Amino acid sequence: MIMQTQNTTTPSAPVLEINKMTQRFGGLTAVSDFSVTLGHNEIAGLIGPNGAGKTTVFNLVSGFYQPTEGKIIINGQPTAKLKPHKVTALGVARTFQNIRLWNQMSVLDNIRVAQHGKLDYGFLQAILRSKNYFKCEERIEEEARELLKVFDLDKYADELPTNLPYGLQRKLEIVRALSEKPKLLLLDEPAAGLNSVDIQELIRLVRWIHETFDVTIWMIEHHMDVMMQLCTDIKVIDFGQTIAEGTAEHVRNHPAVITAYLGDDNI
Amino acid sequence: MKPILQRYSVHMLLVLVGGIVTYLAYEEAIGLYTLSVLMFMGVNIILSTSLNLVNGNMGEFSCGHAGFMCVGAYVSSILGVLLFSKDKVFGAPLLDPSLALYCFPLIILAGGLVAAVAGLLVALPSYKTRGDYLAIITIAANYIIISLIENLGVIGGSRGFMGMKKVVNAMNDTVDLPWMVIWVFLFTVFTVWILRRYNSSTFGKGVSAICQDEVAAEIMSVNTNKMKTITFMLSSGLAGVAGGLFAYIIGYVNPGSFNILKSTEVLVMVYLGGMASLSGAVMSAMLFTVLLELLRPLQIIKWVVIPLLLIIVMQFRPEGIMGNRELSDIFPKLKRFYRFK
Amino acid sequence: MLESIIQNLINALQWGSFYALIALGYTMVYGVLTLINFAHGDVFMVGAYIAFFIASFILSVLGLPGWVALALTIPLTMILTSMVGVSLERIAYRPLRRKGAHRLYVVITALMCGLILENANLAIFGASRKAFPELITTHVYTIGGVTFTNLKIAVIITAILSFFILQWIVTRTKVGMAMRAISYDKFAVPLMGIPIDSIIVITFALGSGFAGLAGIFFAMSYPVLEPYMGALIGWKAFIAAVVGGIGDIRGAFLGGFLLGAVEILVVAFFPSTYRDLIAFTVLLIILSIKPTGLFGIAKTTKI
Repeated sequence: MIMQTQNTTTPSAPVLEINKMTQRFGGLTAVSDFSVTLGHNEIAGLIGPNGAGKTTVFNLVSGFYQPTEGKIIINGQPTAKLKPHKVTALGVARTFQNIRLWNQMSVLDNIRVAQHGKLDYGFLQAILRSKNYFKCEERIEEEARELLKVFDLDKYADELPTNLPYGLQRKLEIVRALSEKPKLLLLDEPAAGLNSVDIQELIRLVRWIHETFDVTIWMIEHHMDVMMQLCTDIKVIDFGQTIAEGTAEHVRNHPAVITAYLGDDNI
Repeated sequence: MKPILQRYSVHMLLVLVGGIVTYLAYEEAIGLYTLSVLMFMGVNIILSTSLNLVNGNMGEFSCGHAGFMCVGAYVSSILGVLLFSKDKVFGAPLLDPSLALYCFPLIILAGGLVAAVAGLLVALPSYKTRGDYLAIITIAANYIIISLIENLGVIGGSRGFMGMKKVVNAMNDTVDLPWMVIWVFLFTVFTVWILRRYNSSTFGKGVSAICQDEVAAEIMSVNTNKMKTITFMLSSGLAGVAGGLFAYIIGYVNPGSFNILKSTEVLVMVYLGGMASLSGAVMSAMLFTVLLELLRPLQIIKWVVIPLLLIIVMQFRPEGIMGNRELSDIFPKLKRFYRFK
Repeated sequence: MLESIIQNLINALQWGSFYALIALGYTMVYGVLTLINFAHGDVFMVGAYIAFFIASFILSVLGLPGWVALALTIPLTMILTSMVGVSLERIAYRPLRRKGAHRLYVVITALMCGLILENANLAIFGASRKAFPELITTHVYTIGGVTFTNLKIAVIITAILSFFILQWIVTRTKVGMAMRAISYDKFAVPLMGIPIDSIIVITFALGSGFAGLAGIFFAMSYPVLEPYMGALIGWKAFIAAVVGGIGDIRGAFLGGFLLGAVEILVVAFFPSTYRDLIAFTVLLIILSIKPTGLFGIAKTTKI
């Protein structure tokens, strides 16, 4: 399922490899026998009705849960038993279904604190403040401001996220994820709650990110036009099981997908 | 390069205040009573700002701060008396009393260190649990620590331990200055300095991130368990420092002074001042100390008035006096003199 | 050997009954409001004092015999203590609930209310301890090597009866169902036409009433009253409720009896000064093994 896109030289290992992953919570099987391989610079999609298990898949990849069965390998490294902050260090970052920005910190701080794992100083240096501390803080601030500038958010650097319009908050969350310099970007319903103007903006943004940063994007979305326009490859799950996969066209007309969303004629 | 005024104004102010108070104490121009109130104010500032780190910045609900104070108080007291004074329990001093002056800060820090380790032991079981459970664990820890000491008859048990006055006298004899006033002042400044630096660094802001959204923090590369541990240890360590100073100011400790009522006092200070606000915690500690003294003639009513005060605060201004702002948010001109954030 | 086990068992059940009766107040309020009502231990203390005044009045002023006094004191105390609990809710907690205040602020308010109750008592009635009048003559029975009094048995029976009554209320009445519904989803309940305020008042009334009952029996068993008597017992009962699994009545009773058992056993084998130390340590150990408590259900947060 590795798809080649126009402007990359593909290094050998896939960015994400999931092998027969199953997740059980007590008696409930949230995800069943899920497998996927994503290569460099792909944009792939994951869709399914509500409660299908899509966010659970993302939570598993992020390291928030440990899969009951199966393996997850990011950039060639298995994520087994790693805590989420270590998984992020392997090269994956994500956004959330409900925006999870730090609302009492400035926009700039939201980006800065996301660099926490990459600080080269610890507790003692934070207090004693050697040259190393100042260099590190300067670097982080500069990188954060530059990133905000690239996305046209630098004028909001000292604002609180709650003061921004909803569309910009979603954008900020994506920018924060990008500040982790990931090889794999997980977007969980980035278009949720956006009006049609903002959705077009989002599509442009995702395309632009894909072209400018060397990153594979995996998206959960309900808005079909967003998926159709952006994703080269879509997987459909329902009740934790994969029911279809392929190109947008293929998935759109697949009978199992239609049944999952619209129901069956024969009840 | 920051302008001279911003760089040094607070330092100059502190040196001035410290110098004046010390001089007045030396000349005995301030009464002993006022001096002790000032020293307790310092102790309260340390207690309030250190608890604020966990309850305010990190958004947890730790209810047993006095337990860590107790650990620090006893460790510092025992060390000091053991090393520098002649005492019924420990016998002759192990070291020359004239060294007491130079070792005193180390003794206090030792108390803080042991308290920090106690904090570690308390924090560890809290990782698997959420929210209210830290309250339970810290309350239980408070009782356990007190109970432990009550059972250690060798250091006095519930009757208490004394002898610290001799150490203070040894210090005053070596160099004739009111040393307790000086040490309390220095440690208070030290505490606020550490906490300000911690909170303003990106490293320390990880703690606020955990408070505001722990899931996002964990996923955005913050090692939440490590940060919680460090923060909790810092908080309980500083409480231990406060405890040590408290013990030497009074000259006597007993486990009963560090019970849940004392923990509640610290809680009142933190929530009165405003969570996550360092300047708020400092101000409310000062306010609270003064209030306690003003209400002293009213004796028991004191402990009806103070809770009532906090209830009113909760009803009408629950975020406390300062909310989560610092002094520079309310008086922006102060930014010229000091960078609060 | 067997006798000493039974002896300790009876003592544990009796001592644990107080914790159980108080713990259930904590657990019910927590279940419905997710609020740790830190004032609850002091409501127990208020109950004991109310019982003291009523009983003294009936005995000395009305000159009625002891058992009549008891028969009147129990319902009166329970009703009055319920009213204290309900007043706390209406005056201190409800306004914050109306404003949608953060749970933490309500918890702090509760803590402060507890302090006010303790210290107002101290201020009004003074520091001298009150002796609870003797209402019924204690008979000591000895079967085999086991001694117990009629009072001890009465306490245990009261606690067990209370459990069944409350369990029945919570599982088999509409009110109980509403209480459970609120603990699952606070926002949906008023949308279903259930008067959430009334249910909350009933919850507080029940919890406080039974704390009052605990107060009467505690005062009869240990007839020295002082203003801070509720504080330590309250904190311990709270921890017992959590260890049992907060939000669940069975948990409160189990936790209470468990704590009672631990304390009695500790005193049987160790010097009594170790009682609090070991009791709290054991509770912490149980919590670290099963963080949600013995009857508790793990609640996961959705990410």
